[in-house]
Amino acid sequence: MIVDRLIEWFPTSAAWPGITFIVAVILCAVPVFLFIAVYALVAIYGELKISSFIQDKVGPMGQGVGLHAWRWGLLQPVADALKLILKEDIIPSSADKKLFILAPFIVFIGAFIAFSALPFSQTLIIADMNIGIFYILAVSSLGVIGIILAGWSSNNKWSLYGAMRSAAQIVSYEIPAALSIVAVIMLTSTMSMQGIIQYQSGLIWGFLPNWLLFNNPFTFLAFFIFFISGVAECNRTPFDIPEAESELVAGAFTEYSGMRYAFFFLSEYANMFVVSGVAASAFMGGWQSPIPGMLDTPGWGLFWFMSKSMFLIFMMIWFRWTFPRLRVDQLMDVCWKGFIPISLVNIFGVGIWHLIVG
Amino acid sequence: MGIVKGDQMVLNIGPQHPSTHGVLRLKVVTDGEIVSDIEPIIGYLHRCFEKHCENSTYEQVIPFTDRCDYIASMNNNFGYVVAMEKLMEIKVPDRVEYIRIIMAELNRIASHLLALGVYGLDVGAFTPFLYMFRDRERILDIFELTCGARLLYNYMWVGGVSHDLPVGFVETVYGFLDYFEPKLKEYNEILTYNKIFIERTADVGVLPPEVAISYGVSGPNLRGSGVKWDLRKDEPYSIYERFDFDVPIGEGTVGTTGDCWDRFYVRMLEMTESAKILRQALKDLPQDGDVHQAIPKKIRPPKGSIYQRTESPRGDLAYYIISDGSPQPYRLKMRSPAFTALSVLNEISRGWMLSDVIAILGSLDIVLGEIDR
Repeated sequence: MIVDRLIEWFPTSAAWPGITFIVAVILCAVPVFLFIAVYALVAIYGELKISSFIQDKVGPMGQGVGLHAWRWGLLQPVADALKLILKEDIIPSSADKKLFILAPFIVFIGAFIAFSALPFSQTLIIADMNIGIFYILAVSSLGVIGIILAGWSSNNKWSLYGAMRSAAQIVSYEIPAALSIVAVIMLTSTMSMQGIIQYQSGLIWGFLPNWLLFNNPFTFLAFFIFFISGVAECNRTPFDIPEAESELVAGAFTEYSGMRYAFFFLSEYANMFVVSGVAASAFMGGWQSPIPGMLDTPGWGLFWFMSKSMFLIFMMIWFRWTFPRLRVDQLMDVCWKGFIPISLVNIFGVGIWHLIVG
Repeated sequence: MGIVKGDQMVLNIGPQHPSTHGVLRLKVVTDGEIVSDIEPIIGYLHRCFEKHCENSTYEQVIPFTDRCDYIASMNNNFGYVVAMEKLMEIKVPDRVEYIRIIMAELNRIASHLLALGVYGLDVGAFTPFLYMFRDRERILDIFELTCGARLLYNYMWVGGVSHDLPVGFVETVYGFLDYFEPKLKEYNEILTYNKIFIERTADVGVLPPEVAISYGVSGPNLRGSGVKWDLRKDEPYSIYERFDFDVPIGEGTVGTTGDCWDRFYVRMLEMTESAKILRQALKDLPQDGDVHQAIPKKIRPPKGSIYQRTESPRGDLAYYIISDGSPQPYRLKMRSPAFTALSVLNEISRGWMLSDVIAILGSLDIVLGEIDR
């Protein structure tokens, strides 16, 4: 959407279409990167404070003379980021240097390019592809390649364990996530993100917003399957076995430090946003207002989308500080014996529902 | 197609690893995630405790015992002074006995809180750990109030205790108990009956009672296997026969008797029992009596030897002291319950996955200070 408009708007677009396209893409990519960076700082601060609230402690607090994380510790994530940037960059001598350097970028790219199809508001979407949701599902699995590369190139047994676990986990959980999105596509009969959201306008059952979450019992179930699979794809607790601090030290990221580690960290948070954003768009009406007709200008659309996504991110943080970790075989059991059969039945159920109820 | 045979990989867990509970090194032979053999390698914290004792006077041994099981220093002091008093035939005043029981049971709760909290951390739950540490802090405050130290107390002396109880001590402990007992419900809600926690620990690392007995495992680990054996009940020392308490055993509530969950839950129940003992001891605590009255001027036990067992939070903690009549022990041997618990690790974790080994190790609740000594 924005990309297309930029290309049309450039006066030179007819003369040099290639250059115009590249300029337009870069003009979109820079704000997205800045958004991810700022959002990550907010999310890290949120995680610190929410975990502190859950754990009966105070979290970062500004104390004493000087800047000291400022008021309410607001500068704590900035200090963390600065620390990671300024830290010595260590590449183990036994590591496969090229792959070791490449890995964090591949992980980040997987999370980064998914943002181009996220509908922030009615008008604010970088590219409203006709296969938007399919594209997001496809590119977000790119990260697993980076994690395998990181684990393999580190030449460390812990990293290798982490990478193997991660590969098995992410690839498995893509299936239930995709199958529950199929249920959505069956109802909306479009794969465009904006199309899916527009389908969810108006009221259902007389008083509820027409979100797919409330559309019928099968989509209600599909939302939970999608969201839990999304948590698993982000390697968050209770599915954080690839990092599993008490078992694998830091899993695939054991040998990473400084800026490279920061990129893994950033992509974890970016992935959380992508999963929450897709869940919010596909099941919770995206930028639609919860009360149809009220506050639904594009500006408010951004607000609704962000608050829905942030609510789901809050849920993830809540999970993380409440649950223990599953074991690797139990994780696979949940996926292959639980989620995949249920989501297949779900697809069938949505079909029947659509046929009978309409 | 032939049989696919996996290659074996040797993995070093520790001595620098987040969940080896100290400086333990585990040499693990794995086939993928499945563990086929474990060799615990100890000695990273060896401080020549027993040899040191031979060159120190009997009083100087007490601070060394603090440093063995540093999670439950009071109980280590207790075992040693009980042994020494038996050897020297000292009768200590009632008030001292009650103070010692109060301290030992408080430290048992503190030690179990640490064990359970860290166990939660081992299986990935961060929050219960901080809840339990928050409450353990209150016990440490009580110790600080009493003897000034928070970890290594050197509180119990042969024939007495180093300081009398401070003003307001009884109220403080009552206050702690009133605060603490409802918290057990909170722990159970967040961790013990969590579905994922049960999945991770039920039926995992089952320690059958006969294996436990043949290895000499004791304490909560033995009771988790369903054996009702508690030295406080079965071979009462000090004044434990005066108190009314139960000995909880593992019953396989959610899995098999003797699994990790049972070992975990036995500790949870023991804290309730300790609280029960504490309430009785606080009620009966004699108001007067000099805590230094029975302390001998010179500790010079008669020729002979003594083997005294006590129930520390980790199990059967015993001191074997040989005296040749001089002010220094001729030989001092400490039987460490954590050492025997570690020896059973290989037996019960073969065939389980790497994550389970961490869970099993955590459920045995070892303290490296005591194993290496």
